[in-house]
Amino acid sequence: MNRHMNKTKIYSLLTSYSFIVPALILFAIFNIYTFFDLFRLSFMKSNGLAGSIETFVGLQNYIEIFKDKVWWESVGRAAYITFLALTLQNFVALILALFVDRGIRGETIYKVIFFLPPVLSGIVIGLIWEWIFDGNYGLLNHWLTLFHMEKFCRAWLADPKTALYAIAFIHMWRGFGWGFVIFLAGLQNIDRELYEAADVDGATWWPKFVHITLPLMVPVFVIVSILTILGTMQIYDLIVSTTKGGPGYHTEVPITRIIYSMTGSLNFGYASSQAIVFGVILLIVSMTQIFVSNRLKKND
Amino acid sequence: MFRKGNLFFLFVLFFCLCFIYAGCGKKRSDSDAVIIWHWMTDRHDTFLKLSKQYKAETGKTVIFELSAPTDVYTSKVRAAAQTNTLPDIFSVLGVSQDLSNFIHAGLIHCLTPYMEENHHEWERSFYPNAIGMNAFTEPNQWNVPEGIYGVPIDVTNIQMIYNKDIFKTAGIDKIPETWEEFLKAGDLVTSKTDKQFFVVGFGETWLINTMVRIFAYNLIGEKKLIQTIKGECPYSSAEWIDIFNKFREMSEKKLFAAGIVTMINRNAERLFATGRAAVTYNGSWSVNVFRGMNPDLNYGTMFFPKISDHYPLLIQGGAGSSLMVSEHSLRKKEAVAFLKWMTSKSSQIFLSTETNNLPSNKEAVGQMPAILNEYAKDMDKTFHPALLPVGEDPNIEEATARGIQSIIIGETTPEELAEKITLLKKQTLNESE
Repeated sequence: MNRHMNKTKIYSLLTSYSFIVPALILFAIFNIYTFFDLFRLSFMKSNGLAGSIETFVGLQNYIEIFKDKVWWESVGRAAYITFLALTLQNFVALILALFVDRGIRGETIYKVIFFLPPVLSGIVIGLIWEWIFDGNYGLLNHWLTLFHMEKFCRAWLADPKTALYAIAFIHMWRGFGWGFVIFLAGLQNIDRELYEAADVDGATWWPKFVHITLPLMVPVFVIVSILTILGTMQIYDLIVSTTKGGPGYHTEVPITRIIYSMTGSLNFGYASSQAIVFGVILLIVSMTQIFVSNRLKKND
Repeated sequence: MFRKGNLFFLFVLFFCLCFIYAGCGKKRSDSDAVIIWHWMTDRHDTFLKLSKQYKAETGKTVIFELSAPTDVYTSKVRAAAQTNTLPDIFSVLGVSQDLSNFIHAGLIHCLTPYMEENHHEWERSFYPNAIGMNAFTEPNQWNVPEGIYGVPIDVTNIQMIYNKDIFKTAGIDKIPETWEEFLKAGDLVTSKTDKQFFVVGFGETWLINTMVRIFAYNLIGEKKLIQTIKGECPYSSAEWIDIFNKFREMSEKKLFAAGIVTMINRNAERLFATGRAAVTYNGSWSVNVFRGMNPDLNYGTMFFPKISDHYPLLIQGGAGSSLMVSEHSLRKKEAVAFLKWMTSKSSQIFLSTETNNLPSNKEAVGQMPAILNEYAKDMDKTFHPALLPVGEDPNIEEATARGIQSIIIGETTPEELAEKITLLKKQTLNESE
């Protein structure tokens, strides 16, 4: 009887595990193996071409990174766009979500419109905005001319004073829809009775926002912030389709540098170490974010 | 219970293994079609016609797959090389170092035996420069075994192209031949017309580098250029600063089109073809591009303005697009057979007539369209960096091109750029030692 029970238990377990085997194998191949291989490559001098010779160089690639000014400037640029996205993009997303949450007319249409940019391909968005920002036949300059503001006309994506801001603007335009949807979902999950109780106490919209909405939205802010940080730090397709990192290095970001090391100068080992360093930076930022939000929740 | 569970587990495991096997296996077409990756947007339709013609003549299928612009194509080929998923025929765009990396990695099939068949019949059908660009002789800097590794499908050179109507409106009677005349023509265009003077896709760094090389050939000559690449002559020398200064001069006189530093060549071609700019700098392939964009465009070519009398003025060219056969292709013989057919006299005449590109097959030249004569007449005044015994490091080339973008936007001086590249060159040489 016991033997039969054991067998049944073992096969029940095996059956259960068989359900996760496909995911486990795929995860192992595409995540674990690739990660370890990337880590291994970061200690090698290699052009990455299949069949080529790899030479062990120890920490040389990592030492080079710390001397690579262009790399650290690119990290700084990505951080700056991230800061703008975290503040401006999410502020706009929150405001719009608050408006839609109040049950304005045409709520569904707004939801669709606001969520349209995020579902478009980055390359397509880049090409559209490249046309708008173009210095020769761009729509923006055309409008400025119409309103007699010719002095502001410029090649927005080629001017070092505006190129990074133009990229940041396009990125925020593309990304605010995500924040909007998540904020709206968070707002709609807040118990309405809390607002009704506050109404009975005569609270205006500001105390309700500060004392009810904000504290209850903290977990949502954390999620949106982490998504914004990870999404913005890894910005790439918009830059490729608009400025290609130029003028000079003004719109270079970490991913474009990694791609350049990988396919431009065929320095695959260095690209791998750049990827590892960048991954560590993102990990630290995300962990800090979670730690701070946990502290905030505890304080509340 | 026992048997059912056992069977189910085996079934799931089998399914997983099949899935992984199918997913990780090499991509292989279900037919014997030869797959070609190319980047030539203007020639894609003609290539499709060519593949139909080939199918009709031989019964064999060839599939042309387009990836553009060139930067994207280069990345795609390199990524495929890194994952061993190259198609049967492809191209390594870049300098000799890139090609040598691919050869050392065993990714390119050596074509010497095919070229030498019938007393070098195939090899002799090409222009020497065109075949030379795909060949290595021993000894060479990259230690590549002697041989021919690619097939030129056309030849090209990069020229200055001007809009005749704009020049007429600006009152330019004589085509500029010197740098001073060129700048003067620019002043006339910008002051007497509402057009911009010079447009080129400087967002694509390779175009900047070709222009730098033309200046270098003219001012310091090939010998000193080689010395510079070898590290024996610094980029901070007065001549190099003078070369970088040419870009500053144009920028200060506002002769560049707006947004030139991030502009891709396709957009530059559009600006020129629509008559918004007077001069562009582009290859002979642009004849076909302009025909597609504006068949009525009234333009002509002019030789690059010389900046010095020290050395002969040469333009980049002599070799155009080349295709290579993958060493890992399962259809190497079919791929070579197609390339032989593609570079035969009749196919080259067809390609040349349809696409307005200079043929790589010498025998096809007499029958090319008249418009290409302007390019063809300067074929003997060309150089190509791939024919040099040394090649510049890609990081130096990138830094130079980005630095010139910075000079154009006015945030770097030629002197600063020269110092920066000299320093980078020293680091690169130290690392390679």
